[in-house]
Amino acid sequence: MIPNTFEYHRPKTIPDALAVLTQHGDEARVIAGGHSLIPVMKQRLTDIAHLVDLQDIADLRGISVGDTIRIGAMTTQHALITHAGLSAAVPLLAEAALQIADPQVRYLGTIGGNVANGDPGNDMPGLMMCLDAAFVLSGPTGTRTIAARDFYFGAYSTERAEDEILVAIEMPRPSGGYAYEKQKRKIGDYATAAAAVQMTAVAGRVATASVAMTNLSDVPVWSAAAGAALVGTDCGPVAVNAAVAAMLEDINPGADNRGPVEFKRHVAGVVLGRAIARAFSRL
Amino acid sequence: MSKMHLKLKVNGKSVETLCEPRELLIHVLRERLNLTGPHIGCETSHCGACTVDMNGMSVKSCTVFAAQVQGAEITTIEGLAGPDGMGVLQTSFREHHGLQCGYCTPGMITRAHRLLQENPNPTEEEVRFGMAGNLCRCTGYQNIVKAILHAASELNASKEAAQ
Ligand SMILES: Cc1cc2nc3c(=O)[nH]c(=O)nc-3n(C[C@H](O)[C@H](O)[C@H](O)COP(=O)(O)OP(=O)(O)OC[C@H]3O[C@@H](n4cnc5c(N)ncnc54)[C@H](O)[C@@H]3O)c2cc1C
Ligand code: FES
Ligand code: FES
Repeated sequence: MIPNTFEYHRPKTIPDALAVLTQHGDEARVIAGGHSLIPVMKQRLTDIAHLVDLQDIADLRGISVGDTIRIGAMTTQHALITHAGLSAAVPLLAEAALQIADPQVRYLGTIGGNVANGDPGNDMPGLMMCLDAAFVLSGPTGTRTIAARDFYFGAYSTERAEDEILVAIEMPRPSGGYAYEKQKRKIGDYATAAAAVQMTAVAGRVATASVAMTNLSDVPVWSAAAGAALVGTDCGPVAVNAAVAAMLEDINPGADNRGPVEFKRHVAGVVLGRAIARAFSRL
Repeated sequence: MSKMHLKLKVNGKSVETLCEPRELLIHVLRERLNLTGPHIGCETSHCGACTVDMNGMSVKSCTVFAAQVQGAEITTIEGLAGPDGMGVLQTSFREHHGLQCGYCTPGMITRAHRLLQENPNPTEEEVRFGMAGNLCRCTGYQNIVKAILHAASELNASKEAAQ
């Protein structure tokens, strides 16, 4: 399990990192926590001649919590979980991050790597869709912001161009009830199915609801119809069944070692039902 | 491929070695620095046998490149022994039968060390959750959990006695 040789770069600023990417084109790749990238490099599934380590770039770190939340791309899962202000403002983030991998992986794995990777098994992309986050990308011609809901095209295929770096994630401060419900074969595993729910209510009736699903298609799925099915209801069994039915229209799971399609659709319904109930109970 | 000059602090001592950037930290430790305490179990980031402490974090050293750890502070199981031989966690693992074949043990104890630094008074559930990155094929975990809980109370008692 020895990866192929590469030349190693450790720039201190975003412009310096972009310069290496521009110079070497598709031969260069950035590395954050390395906990998705190193395993595939060890299997020699990908060939990278220039590895650009982002760990020394101070501008990619930091968390600021106001009406808008901004999280630097190099923030680790461990830092997300242990940041008191962030956990108070967006409790859904820590609830989900604690269900990712295991402690060792969470010390190094970053939120930026998790959302940029494009693996449908990653938990953060669906979460970012649920929270209506936006990704700030820096490239040779400047900076642009893309909504998480518009970012994913297919497995490992995203809106990010090869010469762009994900700098930060921004999201509006959410309110109301939340839940991240993940079914996995064992602790540390990717999801068989997972559901993220964030909702608000007025006088016992759902006012807004956002629903996103993980690992049930080759992209994370934000189900506008599932959210709409909950709005105006008391979140009783009829409403939950309607939301689950709407969500099932939007997902497209494939059979793999986590189970056949019928099983995944069943589990998707179960996790969404639980997530809705828990989010509603927290209102 | 040209080699890099790697400088690290390992178990409190400054060390230097030549290696390729692509070498994994576990290979640097075992083969270049002769620290064979950390083991290679799966080599695929799953088992935790290779766990070492890096800048105050428990990491799987099979999933870190040598180049990434330039300047880092590393503690391996070799660095966790007490002044008179075994450390508190090591003794507790022995007394509570927290090991059988012992293959997972260096990773277990190195991880447990960090866990107790962050949470000196964990519940049983917190120990199980905090140790979830380390697999053991022998013990069934029960005695590992007992050993860690016992070590926590011993460490707390000796801290109180010192005050
Ligand atoms: C045993 C194990 C279990 C795991 N279980 C889960 C799980 O349950 N859920 C889950 O979501 N993940 C899981 N992971 C993956 C883990 O969370 C990764 O850490 C994460 O997917 C990637 O983050 P990273 O910082 O390690 O990124 P890296 O591995 O460094 O990078 C991943 C990809 O993103 C790109 N990239 C990284 N940062 C940037 C940036 N700032 N700008 C542009 N591109 C960038 C890299 O070029 C690379 O292509 C698991 C990993 C392991 C080893
Ligand atoms: S050898 Fe590193 S996790 Fe198994
Ligand atoms: S004691 Fe044998 S693997 Fe844990």
